Amino acid sequence: MSSIPLGKGHETTAPARTNSAAAISQFLSAYVFSKDHKIIGLQFLFSTLLWFLVGGLLALGIRWQLAWPWTNMPIIGPMLFSETGGQISPEFYTMLFTMHATVMIFFVIIPILAGAFGNYLIPLMIGADDMAFPTLNMLSYWFMWPAFILVGSSFFMPGNGAAAGWTSYPPLSAVWDAAPSSGLAQTLWLIGITFVGVSSMMGSVNYMTTIIQMRAPGMTMFRLPMTIWGMFITAVLQAFALPVLTAAGFMQLLDRTIGTGFFLPEGLVINNSIAASGGGQPLLWQHLFWFYSHPAVYIMILPAMGMVSDIISCFARKPIFGYKPMVYSLCGIAGLGFIVWGHHMFVSGMSPMLGMTFMISTMMIALPSAVKVFNWLGTLWGGRIQYTTPMLFAISFVSMFVIGGLSGIFMAATPVDIFIHDTYFIVAHFHYVLFAGTAMAVMGAIYFWFPKMFGRMMNEPLGKVHFFLTFIFLNGTFFTMHILGAVGFPRRLADPYDYQTFAHLMPMNQFMSICAICMVGTQAIFAFNFFYSIFYGPACGRNPWGANSLEWMAPSPPGHGNFDFQPVVYRGPYEYGSPEVDTDYYPQTQPPPEGVDPNAEPDHH
Amino acid sequence: MGRFWSFLFLLVPVLGVAVFLWALLDLWPMQGHWLPENINDHGHVIDQLFMFILYLTGIIFVGTGGVLFWFMWKYDAAQNREPVKFTHGSHTLEVVWSILPAAALLFIAIYQMNAWADAKMRRPLDSLGPDGIEGTADDVYKPPLCEVTGRQFEWRIRYAGEDGIIGTADDLHVVNDLHLPVNEEVVVQITSMDVLHSFFLPNVRIKQDVVPGMKQFVWFKPNKQGTYDIVCAELCGWGHYKMRGRMVVESRDKFDAWIKNAYSEQERSEYIVSAGGSDE
Ligand code: HEM
Ligand SMILES: [Cu+2]
Ligand SMILES: [Cu+2]
Repeated sequence: MSSIPLGKGHETTAPARTNSAAAISQFLSAYVFSKDHKIIGLQFLFSTLLWFLVGGLLALGIRWQLAWPWTNMPIIGPMLFSETGGQISPEFYTMLFTMHATVMIFFVIIPILAGAFGNYLIPLMIGADDMAFPTLNMLSYWFMWPAFILVGSSFFMPGNGAAAGWTSYPPLSAVWDAAPSSGLAQTLWLIGITFVGVSSMMGSVNYMTTIIQMRAPGMTMFRLPMTIWGMFITAVLQAFALPVLTAAGFMQLLDRTIGTGFFLPEGLVINNSIAASGGGQPLLWQHLFWFYSHPAVYIMILPAMGMVSDIISCFARKPIFGYKPMVYSLCGIAGLGFIVWGHHMFVSGMSPMLGMTFMISTMMIALPSAVKVFNWLGTLWGGRIQYTTPMLFAISFVSMFVIGGLSGIFMAATPVDIFIHDTYFIVAHFHYVLFAGTAMAVMGAIYFWFPKMFGRMMNEPLGKVHFFLTFIFLNGTFFTMHILGAVGFPRRLADPYDYQTFAHLMPMNQFMSICAICMVGTQAIFAFNFFYSIFYGPACGRNPWGANSLEWMAPSPPGHGNFDFQPVVYRGPYEYGSPEVDTDYYPQTQPPPEGVDPNAEPDHH
Repeated sequence: MGRFWSFLFLLVPVLGVAVFLWALLDLWPMQGHWLPENINDHGHVIDQLFMFILYLTGIIFVGTGGVLFWFMWKYDAAQNREPVKFTHGSHTLEVVWSILPAAALLFIAIYQMNAWADAKMRRPLDSLGPDGIEGTADDVYKPPLCEVTGRQFEWRIRYAGEDGIIGTADDLHVVNDLHLPVNEEVVVQITSMDVLHSFFLPNVRIKQDVVPGMKQFVWFKPNKQGTYDIVCAELCGWGHYKMRGRMVVESRDKFDAWIKNAYSEQERSEYIVSAGGSDE
């Protein structure tokens, strides 16, 4: 390995000063207002994990009501709802699912992928000493705080939080009289989401620039790990889609505050009062919202797909199957992702002719997803699979993503969607892609990169128990939702059992709720393992998994400036089991043995 | 442990298929956990399409699940003594597994178009108009039997009076109680007064969001008498869950009698719900 020492690190390495004010300011700049991508990544990681807990508890509230409607919630109930003696009210229920989705999407999945792993991994995996714009990077984290505070404080406004659904469809969301929570809570929600958008935008610009500009010598685009490709495409998606959401959010804010009426038609009579404005169209919001939010569902999975690819190749000890098809299918998903938003609106009142067009593009987007699955299977084929905890989570991503992808086909078929739209079939679909998919991939990624982040290993047996229980309970919770969907069981109902069609579904819902409670409980094992290992886990070297990509060549954890040598890249990151070397891995920075052409492309046949 | 994990993942296709079969076969404790009874002549195509996609995706689900199990079993590092297959992929395979799913998806896409057009685009006609060509501006649509208006949190229903026109003084007004004659093609005009709702008839396989400011139509042919649910399927506020209507499908005679009876009851009561909704 070449070892050209790098120049100065960041300002945080300035010599220690003695007086306490200086110590405080040094602590602040090192760990709070840090510009180091690793610290920022960890800040994102800890914040999002905390919100993950909040989102999980909100979900349990939903599950409680669906299993045992209008019964007193033990222990927590009386504390939360003293006025009803501990039972969830219908308006509280609408708040629960709205805030559950909001927290999970905007405060967990998006920031944990792009914010935590994107920040931590991008410079390390491309061989850079930091992001292109460290200050912007710091701001992208600190712009999450207004969002945390605004959305968090909406819990304490009348209505106990926004309750118009995470999709926030007007007129319900735009008219103050429409619901108890359509007042200040909704306004705070909108401003909060705008801050998330600004934060993501700053991250996105940074990631694109960093990946394009700051790659180490020899790191061509087609030598990038799939994780980086996932992050890169995600950044592009955010850059193009976010402005639309931001604009739409402001339009709704103006509708609410100064009566612009972008989304409000003439002659509304809501709650016996006449809404003043008019001349608008409720469907306009849906178009704008989904123009962002469909690409956003890919923002919520492409980085996970990348990380899963890296983990699978590493523990199959074998090159990834079809690297370029994997990259092209990522690009294909991203491109098609911009022309499928209408599949959320098949029965919204949008022109049925247009619905047909969106149906075709939606069918087509299942194709690159299928190609990715086949290539993951191809990667496993002929390998020597090591069943480590990260690998188990990664394999479960593949297995579960198949379910989510296939259920997508039902919904893409417009006539079928007439029946299953807004039923639990949809809920099953997106929990298979987002929880069983992305969240499981994130878990795997935490187990995988933890040694790099903290220089210690997590406990493997505990990790496996955590995986096993989560896997069982998650399927118990979500698989049955397909069945509910087939009956037509609608989502977002506080008490569906009044309908004769759905009255008999309560036992199944109780089963699901018990699984859900166990699933959330299981995460205590993870929390213990995580925090225990930070302090007491066995110390590890630079490359505990025998992996190839650049981050494993840096110290664990890497110091400021990341590498203690100038990385030079000779090949792609997936040359496991290469005949050129004796080890079963072949780091990107290891010069080839004598007589091997360093520029030879691996053959693809 | 590789053996154990392989079996765990094998459970996914095995139990997945079992759960669906269980529900399909109506076995304890999952009786009635499947598509609710369909009472719409045009609804069968949706069920057929659902089942077709279920079989197709079921094959892929079992196929990929089986392959995953097999690879996990066979290439477990603890058991597999062979060196890894050092390969970067295969053009042939990539082409095959792009084209096959593409063809299948295109097939589904084209196959379903007709059902969609029937459900949402081909509103029943009374006549083709003077030019005798379907799809032109002079087509005469079958008039709606009634109008359903969503309102937080009820369905307001208006039947045309003697004059056959909805929206005049002699309309019949009812709330949450939709009566329909059996075995007749029914057109219902739907709209909303306040926020979005969704007019969902599970047994008729119809769902259409109602949008304030937009007038829309749904059509179907109920073929079985009985009482069915009208569900609101779009979040419309805190009382969304209780926005429940009832649809009564009955013989033409009973239907006519009901209309007549309801109408005279409305006449008798001094208080008539006005179209604008200023009650309560
Ligand atoms: C295989 C490709 C996919 C297809 C064909 C597909 C298709 C669809 C369709 C048609 C809907 C709308 C259903 C309805 O509301 O009636 C939908 C909803 C949804 N999909 Fe997918 N999808 C796919 C993959 C994904 C992925 C990868 C994600 C996320 C990572 C995702 C996340 C979602 C979410 C969150 C919703 C529901 C949003 C809501 O209504 O709250 N989908 N999908
Ligand atoms: Cu979508
Ligand atoms: Cu509703």
